[in-house]
Amino acid sequence: MPEQFIWGMEVFLNGLMAGVLYALVALGFVLIFKASGIFNFAQGVLALFAALTLVGIMEGQVPFSHLINAVFGTEVHHFGWTVPALGALLLTMVVMVALAWAVNQFIFRHLVGQEPIILFMATIGLAYFLEGFGDMMWGSDIKKLDVGLPQGINGMIDEVTYNIFGYGFFIDNLDLWATLVAALLVIALVIFAQYSKHGRAMRAVADDHQAALSVGISLKFIWVMVWSLAGFVALVAGIMWGTKSGVQFSLSLIALKALPVLMLGGFTSIPGAIVGGLIIGVGEKLFEFTIGAPYLGGATEIWFAYVLALVFLVFRPQGLFGEKIIERV
Amino acid sequence: MNDMTPDGYTTEDGRKIGAVVMEMRHITLRFGGVVAIQDISFDIREGEIRAIIGPNGAGKSSMLNVISGFYHPQEGEVWYKGARRPTMKPYEVAQQGIARTFQNIALFEGMTVLDNVMTGRIRQMSAGLFSQAIWKGRAEREEVENREVVEKIIDFLEIQHIRKTPVGRLPYGLKKRVELARALAAEPSILLLDEPMAGMNVEEKEDMSRFILDVNDEFGTTIALIEHDMGVVMDLSDRVVVMDYGKKIGDGTPDEVRQNQAVIDAYLGVAHD
Repeated sequence: MPEQFIWGMEVFLNGLMAGVLYALVALGFVLIFKASGIFNFAQGVLALFAALTLVGIMEGQVPFSHLINAVFGTEVHHFGWTVPALGALLLTMVVMVALAWAVNQFIFRHLVGQEPIILFMATIGLAYFLEGFGDMMWGSDIKKLDVGLPQGINGMIDEVTYNIFGYGFFIDNLDLWATLVAALLVIALVIFAQYSKHGRAMRAVADDHQAALSVGISLKFIWVMVWSLAGFVALVAGIMWGTKSGVQFSLSLIALKALPVLMLGGFTSIPGAIVGGLIIGVGEKLFEFTIGAPYLGGATEIWFAYVLALVFLVFRPQGLFGEKIIERV
Repeated sequence: MNDMTPDGYTTEDGRKIGAVVMEMRHITLRFGGVVAIQDISFDIREGEIRAIIGPNGAGKSSMLNVISGFYHPQEGEVWYKGARRPTMKPYEVAQQGIARTFQNIALFEGMTVLDNVMTGRIRQMSAGLFSQAIWKGRAEREEVENREVVEKIIDFLEIQHIRKTPVGRLPYGLKKRVELARALAAEPSILLLDEPMAGMNVEEKEDMSRFILDVNDEFGTTIALIEHDMGVVMDLSDRVVVMDYGKKIGDGTPDEVRQNQAVIDAYLGVAHD
């Protein structure tokens, strides 16, 4: 087997893994969009905020310590304890639910029935607010996140591929875990949305507020639930990205990579977010490997996703799995 | 109406009508300076088909919206099952067992017929968020049980052939029927129908009339409906409230209402001196 082909396969697999991480962010977008018609620009920051909170709680950091110290002239930074990962996860989730409640109570409750563009602008505002709030609450230094997920080269895959091809593939354990978690998350979310009372209520609210009220659905409850779910997905994405590259404020920028993923997969499809993420992940890695690096001077990964999304917008604006745009005349 | 008692009465075709389930007492509803409903009182009895009729702009839809909690009257009281109802949000009213349809149809267009009707069962499904999230035991059993009820209603209203079709693709007449199915799925104490025959052709109107009668007959559902087409209503209903310019001008059996001079004037017009 030619070397180029074997390397190509390794690139392909790594592309899949990278795609899963994109998909995790895109998933949060799809959830909010499906249930409220809001394109949530703050999803990336939500992931950052979740990761910051998780690290902060695990390390026993005092929230708002800079603010407290500046106002009261004290010198507190840490409580002096650490919280085990599982407990910290649960506490972080409590924070995310509280945040969901606050977002609904103070922002979106007052914007019911407004144009989508206004709701979108509100999420941009929310993104900047959360970024500043996260900074104030937990500090702006880059933090290391370790919830006990295995990291580093997967020995088994390395060995098996070495025996077959005479060349060991480098696949990161963390990426494998991310894939597994993403798969479980998607299956759970699809089942929840399609076959449960609250999932159905969620879709109903997205479709028609008045009709939803008339069958006894509380809009407030559903919205808080949806933002909590988005917070949960953000937490998962935050853990994966944070473990991989440290919890830092550039994490909020990964939200931008989710946009082409959504254009490919469709804004309303949970499986679409996954497939879109995988296509982008594999596409940009393979393009870089086959054309980008040899002929175009490299660094094509930065723009490849956006060009692919543009092509899709021209030929299939609803994405691969998006709801067909039906209009009766 | 022959022997009207507090416990009920017997209709001309021999159906037993029960006690008062809902009572509107001196309802007045204003939008700024416009009085949409002025001091209207009437009751709805268990098992009857009660119609609210009147010309366009009479305030019928406003009255229905008061009953279903979408509007809150400035004056008057709503009594439901023997107790005064506090000011409630529409979804709370729905949870109390009052289901409705809309004049302009409010369905979940992107969802299938089956899913639309299933949303009507929300009140009957009590499994918590957590047990649903892990989809086991009670939540699963509940889903199956409710699915059976829904399939029965779908059969009853003869919409089996479009069960899996997204509602957005259906023609108008079928959408109206799906909306009725969704309301019915809630097994409501009172079913409110807002112009169920609006925009239908004669054949569709006949179908809808048959379904309304069948629903009342088969499930004993109490139905309150709004129509401005006199003919259809007179054939369907047991008792009729007539509204004009926000006021009640008649109340009684179709025959009584037909002979009421004020009603005749409102419908045929009257020369003012």
